[in-house]
Amino acid sequence: MLAFWHRYKRNRSAVFGLVVIVLVVLMAATADFLYPFDPFRLAGKPLSAPGTNGFLLGSDSLGRDVAAGIVHGAKTSLLIGLIATLVAVFIGILFGALSGYYGGQLDNMLMRITEIFQTIPSFIFAILLVAILKPSIYSVVIAISVVSWPGVARLVRGEFLSLKSREFVQACHTLGMSDLRIMLREILPNCLSPIIVIGSLMVATAILIESGLSFLGLGDPNIMSWGFQIGAGRTMLRSAWWVCTFPGVAILITVLAINLVGEGLNDALNPRLRERN
Amino acid sequence: MKQKLLNISDLHIELPEGSDRQYAIQKVDLELKQGETLCVVGESGSGKSLTARAIMGLLPEPHVRVSNGEIIFNGEDITKVSYERLRDLRGSEISMIFQEPMTALNPVMSIGSQIDEIFRYHVSMSKAERQKRAIELLADVNLPNPTQIMNAYPHELSGGQRQRAMIAMALALKPQILIADEPTTALDVTTQAQILKLIKDMQTVYDTGVLFITHDFGVVADIADRVAVMQHGIVVESGTVKQVLNNPKHPYTKALISAVPSLTPRKAKTISKEKVLEVKDVSKTFGGGRGLFGFGKPSRQVDALKNVTLDLYNGETLGVVGESGSGKSTLARCIIRLMDTDAGAITIEGTQINLLKRKAMRTWRNKIQMVFQDPFASLNPRIRVGDIIAQGPITQGVAREDALKRARELISIVGLDDRSFERYPHEFSGGQRQRIGIARSLALKPEILIADEPVSALDVSIQSQILDLLDDIREQMKLSMIFITHDLRVAAQVCDRMAVMQYGEVVEVGKTKDIFANPQHNYTIDLLSAVPGKDWKGISPTVNAGKSKAKAKPKSRSKTS
Repeated sequence: MLAFWHRYKRNRSAVFGLVVIVLVVLMAATADFLYPFDPFRLAGKPLSAPGTNGFLLGSDSLGRDVAAGIVHGAKTSLLIGLIATLVAVFIGILFGALSGYYGGQLDNMLMRITEIFQTIPSFIFAILLVAILKPSIYSVVIAISVVSWPGVARLVRGEFLSLKSREFVQACHTLGMSDLRIMLREILPNCLSPIIVIGSLMVATAILIESGLSFLGLGDPNIMSWGFQIGAGRTMLRSAWWVCTFPGVAILITVLAINLVGEGLNDALNPRLRERN
Repeated sequence: MKQKLLNISDLHIELPEGSDRQYAIQKVDLELKQGETLCVVGESGSGKSLTARAIMGLLPEPHVRVSNGEIIFNGEDITKVSYERLRDLRGSEISMIFQEPMTALNPVMSIGSQIDEIFRYHVSMSKAERQKRAIELLADVNLPNPTQIMNAYPHELSGGQRQRAMIAMALALKPQILIADEPTTALDVTTQAQILKLIKDMQTVYDTGVLFITHDFGVVADIADRVAVMQHGIVVESGTVKQVLNNPKHPYTKALISAVPSLTPRKAKTISKEKVLEVKDVSKTFGGGRGLFGFGKPSRQVDALKNVTLDLYNGETLGVVGESGSGKSTLARCIIRLMDTDAGAITIEGTQINLLKRKAMRTWRNKIQMVFQDPFASLNPRIRVGDIIAQGPITQGVAREDALKRARELISIVGLDDRSFERYPHEFSGGQRQRIGIARSLALKPEILIADEPVSALDVSIQSQILDLLDDIREQMKLSMIFITHDLRVAAQVCDRMAVMQYGEVVEVGKTKDIFANPQHNYTIDLLSAVPGKDWKGISPTVNAGKSKAKAKPKSRSKTS
């Protein structure tokens, strides 16, 4: 573990990304303490500029506090990003492992299904799903996981394909081990590194999709989110720039930080790339 | 008096900080004369390849560099010349052939244009002239249809043909020095014999000095004029081939040479009459599959096994010998049910195990176990050694504590430290890992052990240790063993009986002693006569007598490679 941290910290920008993420997580965790009231609450004079009328980052057209929205929105973004990614990784591992391990017709079938999902443009597909399911936090999570699992499935399938013919797996067959045990205990631990890397990058994509959906008004109407804030302020971009800008910056920094961390993990987990610098 | 071409004196190559030793090679003195073959012998990590690379100026600088000493080639110190001069020398004065011709050749260029490149960069010739010269070269190295080969891509040639093409390229400009870095290690033994002869022939034609790097003393005995033995980056002994091979002075050389298995078969055991395993008419075909909806041409079919019939008697070691692609590994995998057979019967104790369903097969796993070839791929890197060994019994329903206790016993039986139990596989060397693999296969107390090339990935000194271990275990545990190998020397020392395989068929079965003394099938004769160094640590002259028979071979490989 210590050696891993040692390798990770050689990548400066990855460390920076990690610090930013920790800050965002802290912000989300202390949201109820920093802004104990509902972020939808009308807190004061509408369209106050940042620093006026007691608003740190200004207020929107209905007098809602932008700063409170960002802090509470961080909770939404991180939660949705994380849960949607976990669900997608789970589905992806399931599909990838089965088709890589068993091969043959099952592989053929599962991969064709995967391709169907891959050929539909993912954001439009997500919109469609949320529209059908009615906007709620659950449907957003479902939509995001449904559009992002195929990448994981492809990756896991490739890893399983190459690992299953390795001699240590064959040795397990000769010991009479069951397929499930071989997949879970022998092969899966050996492909965790790439899964962790792709998963970390998927969190960033999930946050972007969620913001996009909320921006279009397809997010959960009862939960504050960054995308919703941008959507609410977009008509006033020229008169009240702060309403859109701060949530936008929040998205930018968070997604960037997650990508940096993902790349750092990749460098640290993949020993061959490690030698590059 | 032959002219001295190369003089290496006091050469030191420094490794980057944090490596396991400071110098890759130290105080190396070597010299090479015209028309002479100098063999540099050593085990993996001895620094023999780096020495060759230093001469070509191919060290991975700046991490690894020459820190002291000189390499004088025709009065010029190669370690000091400019990069441009070095580039002039490479290919025209000094050239090199590599171990793996597939990776040394560019896969997207035809052989012809790769040879052409050498002429274009080094000499000025017209296109027609270059073409003519290239065809001559390919004919010189005995490639059939040189004009066709000119347009062929590397993947269209066999391993031996690729190596021939490499040699043609290396000799294109009649270099004074040819460096060969394990050029035959990746080849089958019959092909190896042809390539060695080719190098020797070419050397006499061009009067080239050859620096030949190898780990195989058999090859040394066949090709070398002088020998330098390297250990941990130091030349521990050098001299003429006769001196070094027949009268080694340094203890390391002595140990290495005594570790080379002799081709004289060991004393045969009396073999019991009780059959523990019967293989009858087993066939296996690969390929022939179609796409999802059954469209498309069925892919090419290969008969990996054709009506193989073999018996294994109680307590014996049966060798299965053959070159790559002969089906010997497929046979092992069919017997242990890693693959399904297409036809035939594999019978243990009256039960036909090749028809058993997976669940029913599980109880039979106790009877038959396997040791794998590659010690680096056969252990799961994420599982501790103790658990790897205990896995088998646990899977078979033994209580965890008992299985772990048994694993501890096995670790000491295979000669490993008790502390190994808690460690991960990557902390062990190749030989140690192979011991772990053997311990794993013994954990189920099998009656039959299949060893699939268990020593071919190991250095010769470690190889003999593992063979001794297998022998001890076989006696102790009363195992019957199927030993798969391509190396006839190993087979001679290990096997009571032998089966020779070619193209998926068993062409000859018999007592090891009888096969070595009096081989019947032409392919067996070919194999035996191709073993490197047979005149040095060889066998009775009957094999050589059989050579004349080999001329009229109806079925043996028409390998032009």
